[in-house]
Amino acid sequence: MSTLEQMYQQVILDHAKHPVGRGLVDVASVAGHLAGESHQVNPTCGDEVTLRVDVTPEGSVAGVSWEGQGCSISQASVSVMTSLVEGADLAEVARLDGLFHDLMSSRGKGLDDDAAEDALGDATAFTGVSQYPARIKCALLGWAALKDSLARSGALATS
Amino acid sequence: MTTTTVRPGDPALQPAETGSLSTTELAAVRADFPLLERTVRGGQPLVYLDSAATSQKPQVVLDTEVDFYEQRNAAVHRGAHQLAEEATEAFEQARASVAAFVGADEGEIVWQPGATAAINVVAYAFSNATLGRGGEAAARFRLAPGDEIVVTEAEHHANLVPWQELAARTGAVLRWIPVGDDGRLDLTTLDEVVTERTKVLAFGHVSNVTGAIAPVATLVAAAKRVGALTVLDACQSVPNMPVDLHALDVDFAAFSGHKMLGPTGVGALYGRRELLEAMPPTVTGGSMVEVVTMETTTYAPPPQRFEAGTQMVAQAVGMGCAAQYLDELGMAGVARHETELAAEMLKIVDIPGVRVIGPLDTADRLAVVSFVVDGVHAHDVGQVLDDKGIAVRVGHHCAQPLHRRFGVAATARASASVYTTVEEVVAFREALAGVRAFFGAE
Repeated sequence: MSTLEQMYQQVILDHAKHPVGRGLVDVASVAGHLAGESHQVNPTCGDEVTLRVDVTPEGSVAGVSWEGQGCSISQASVSVMTSLVEGADLAEVARLDGLFHDLMSSRGKGLDDDAAEDALGDATAFTGVSQYPARIKCALLGWAALKDSLARSGALATS
Repeated sequence: MTTTTVRPGDPALQPAETGSLSTTELAAVRADFPLLERTVRGGQPLVYLDSAATSQKPQVVLDTEVDFYEQRNAAVHRGAHQLAEEATEAFEQARASVAAFVGADEGEIVWQPGATAAINVVAYAFSNATLGRGGEAAARFRLAPGDEIVVTEAEHHANLVPWQELAARTGAVLRWIPVGDDGRLDLTTLDEVVTERTKVLAFGHVSNVTGAIAPVATLVAAAKRVGALTVLDACQSVPNMPVDLHALDVDFAAFSGHKMLGPTGVGALYGRRELLEAMPPTVTGGSMVEVVTMETTTYAPPPQRFEAGTQMVAQAVGMGCAAQYLDELGMAGVARHETELAAEMLKIVDIPGVRVIGPLDTADRLAVVSFVVDGVHAHDVGQVLDDKGIAVRVGHHCAQPLHRRFGVAATARASASVYTTVEEVVAFREALAGVRAFFGAE
């Protein structure tokens, strides 16, 4: 597989064409739930995502919805992340966020940790992206929006 | 020293009256640029189509900078020793070379760290004059609430944001000339936009997105009718076509060294002599003064008034060398070369799903071609081209309003310089033709 094909894995191309969670959902009024929204822009390329998160009173992610526009890497990454974090508790979301950042710092080598890669699931498809320094920020855009929307929801302070 | 046997200025390199650079001439030019010999992405030849972002440098420019540091390095305009004399002479000779290259007088060229800094000097001079600095001599730089600053929708952020900021500081109103669907300035409302209230008209000579050449004479005439000062962003024109600032009759112009085969860290502000003399300084400190007491200071005449602190001497000397290199190559031939490459680039409109943002004909445009590929984001386009060793720019190219005008967040852009070949553009077109298939776009 060429490095280009390593970067554009089929799972990434599929998520880019058929994204999960795309289309913002109104989450304002579920009793006891906390909701947060974040708009993130990558100023160098204009990629953007607006993401809403809905957190249960028990501190797990009830739902993620988003709107965005940008390259296939940024849009597929939000989509994969959405699949990954729905239903997860906030400690698990924080762990996945850390693992994904580690993956993006791996310069194409991956995490060399089977348990960690299992946890990341489809997100390990982005290993090839980490060989391209200019594209890492594309893959991280959605994760930044998730972290910020969780902070804005107030869920991080109470968990 | 360079490895080539043919140098710019050699009669063999002079383009024919009507022709572009010949294959032999182009081969000689390319041999002057050491970076073009390197390979990328697994040993493939580099196809560098990002010269509008920054150009590559000929060996003679690199050698000139090294030679300055090895033989002449000293502080300029001070010191009585031989090295200081030689450094000052090299610095001022470079100024003369750049001035001659753009049809200006020596005293009308101010060294700046780049074109962005140069435009900001003018914007802040207006600001300072508005605060009363510069006295009566600077009266024509004063702005009042209700005065208007006019730019165009096609501007690079460097020729937009400084004017937005100036408007915010002074209460002046920012207005702009719109861009038409063809990517050229829409002048149908010019007389409504440029009025008696207009004090400044700032516009790009050549768009770094569409490649369109602005109708300078029309815009300058409109400004003159109402007594407005003109500021020309000449970053894309100076490297790729003949530019005579006196003939264009603009009041100010800015251009950078690194886009015209010179070093980074240096650029030039051109100002008509009488205007530079009337303008208050912006950045202040050493070297730009006459008499300093604890209470007050009088300032040096231009250009030194606008050159505070130790200057980028080696880079300036390098930029002077780059101007000479281009001058000897002959800008008329370079411009014809640009037209030929633009025609080759514009053939991408025949690739299904490819749409060019900007003029589709070669009249009044340079070889700067931005485009979108239906169903594929510009970054992804750029990545697939990069995989074939082809370097293009992706993103908004520091012109977000122009992209918004065309309803796109990002484009990919191919751009040429003196060393770009038709074969490279063909390789680009062939690689671009495969992009949609790679992403399964229908």
